[in-house]
Amino acid sequence: MEAAEQVSVPRDMGGGASRRLRERLIEAALALAAGSSVFVLLGIFGVLLVNGVQAFGTGDGVSLANLSADERAMLSEAELAELGRHTEHAPSVGADFLFSSHWNPTSSVTAAYGVLGMVVSTLIVTLLAIAIAAPVGVGVAAWLAYVAPPRAREILKPILEMLAAIPSVVVGFIGIVFVGPLIARVFGLGNGLNALNGAVLLAVMALPTIISISEDAIRAVPKDYVQASLALGADRWQTLVRVVLPAGASGILAAVMLGMGRAIGETMTVLMATGNAVAMPGSIFDSVRTLTATIAIELGEVPQGSRHYHLLFAVGLVLFVMTFVVNLVSDMVLRRGAPRPS
Amino acid sequence: MKIESRGLDFFYGTAQALHGVTLGVKTREIFALIGPSGCGKSTFLRCINRMNDTLDGTSVRGMLTLDDADIYAPNVDVVKLRRRVGMVFQKPNPFPKSIFDNVAYGLRLGMKLPRTELEGRVERALRGAALWDEAKDRLSASAMMLSGGQQQRLCIARAIAVEPEVLLMDEPTSALDPIATARLEELMQSLRAAYTIVIVTHNLQQAARVSDTTAFFLHGRVVEVAPTDTLFTRPRVKETEEYITGRFG
Repeated sequence: MEAAEQVSVPRDMGGGASRRLRERLIEAALALAAGSSVFVLLGIFGVLLVNGVQAFGTGDGVSLANLSADERAMLSEAELAELGRHTEHAPSVGADFLFSSHWNPTSSVTAAYGVLGMVVSTLIVTLLAIAIAAPVGVGVAAWLAYVAPPRAREILKPILEMLAAIPSVVVGFIGIVFVGPLIARVFGLGNGLNALNGAVLLAVMALPTIISISEDAIRAVPKDYVQASLALGADRWQTLVRVVLPAGASGILAAVMLGMGRAIGETMTVLMATGNAVAMPGSIFDSVRTLTATIAIELGEVPQGSRHYHLLFAVGLVLFVMTFVVNLVSDMVLRRGAPRPS
Repeated sequence: MKIESRGLDFFYGTAQALHGVTLGVKTREIFALIGPSGCGKSTFLRCINRMNDTLDGTSVRGMLTLDDADIYAPNVDVVKLRRRVGMVFQKPNPFPKSIFDNVAYGLRLGMKLPRTELEGRVERALRGAALWDEAKDRLSASAMMLSGGQQQRLCIARAIAVEPEVLLMDEPTSALDPIATARLEELMQSLRAAYTIVIVTHNLQQAARVSDTTAFFLHGRVVEVAPTDTLFTRPRVKETEEYITGRFG
């Protein structure tokens, strides 16, 4: 076979060499593209880590001792005095960072650096958002994929996907002027800017992702399964619940996890809608402040190189670890759910 | 007659797929439907358990009865009809569940059987489909681990677990190798004792080997219905003879 080919198709050796070179170059370019995303990820992690760890231990990045003469000259008398007090009172940061819920990094007298309140707030808002968005999203997806006439799907799906294009600041705005007051009235609260408000808004924002991806997963379930189930005397509802949804479970789970990733990282909406109280929340009706909101609010005001500055990087590191765990767990669940090759 | 069709017309939208189909299937016989692709034999098969209802824009005219009761009467419960008329498809289509859960699927719909009763009926169905010996030690393994022939026998076990009266088979061996095909044909012979079987097949030898009666379909019409021996040795109609001698189709 090979010999016959060589006889009938003469080869241009020079062209072959240049083609090989071209392929090498393309391979290298693709490898570079793939590598760059890993590089960026590692870079971000490195910046967070290097800056974050400096927050720990005693001492403070900003003190009178390590200012240069020029820097001292730029400060007023009052500022120098304030800095002196700050240096004296800055306590050491250790395990309290993770296990205390007192966060008061700018105080010169009673500075406290505990993020537990924010971690719990983030978890409450995120989990509540998923608890709302997952059943609604999967329900809508099942309806779109399985019940809705094709025309309804053609019209509704683009509209639902447009929901994802609403800027988060606009969603936050709606939370302040509409959803928050509504929650306050329904539950008889004085203040509707709380964890529940943030969760409702995040749920709305996570819906397009959950609906779109789980609808694809449900539609990808082979029609053969549906036929087999109907032929056995199952009705459409039984077929959906017992065959279609289990068969599409891994895709549906991926959809929910992606929605959750979006909810954990979302900043502007929760910053605007959850009331901004840095404390350990007692219930979903308390005002809270998430990790993301804390970074967004404080990073603009913080002296560069100070302990507070490094602490915000440490907060980012905590957030990074949380999203990493979500991704890792979902990946493990997906692998376990995938059909094993025989 | 177990199943009787009189002047049955069937339409996909405005396209007529069946023209006045008239034939009768006797209790506990194997009835083969043969004919070239697109002749309407699968459409007719899927009329019997009303699987065509799941397609939009289809309509039926004429009479089709099961034990003299009209299958298309307005008061017929399709779910009950399909429990009496089971179906096996062309491509083995077990659910992505365990072997046990596949067979138990129909038994768990709308009734709650005690565990021992459920296990007994699953075993009986697997024995009936000649799969028990191969599957008994791995009932909780995924059905996807089985070979194609085993999967098709599992689908038969799943269908007979709910104890139907009629089994419809739509080219059940077309995706199987010759050995698995032979096993399935053997199985059909043993199933004949308990079930009325209607089988669509492209394999004329298969129809000749397994069936008691054969109907030849062409362009949505029944050309000839006769005992299988007669139809294959002394066909009355010229088109039948041309088809079974391989001159077209």
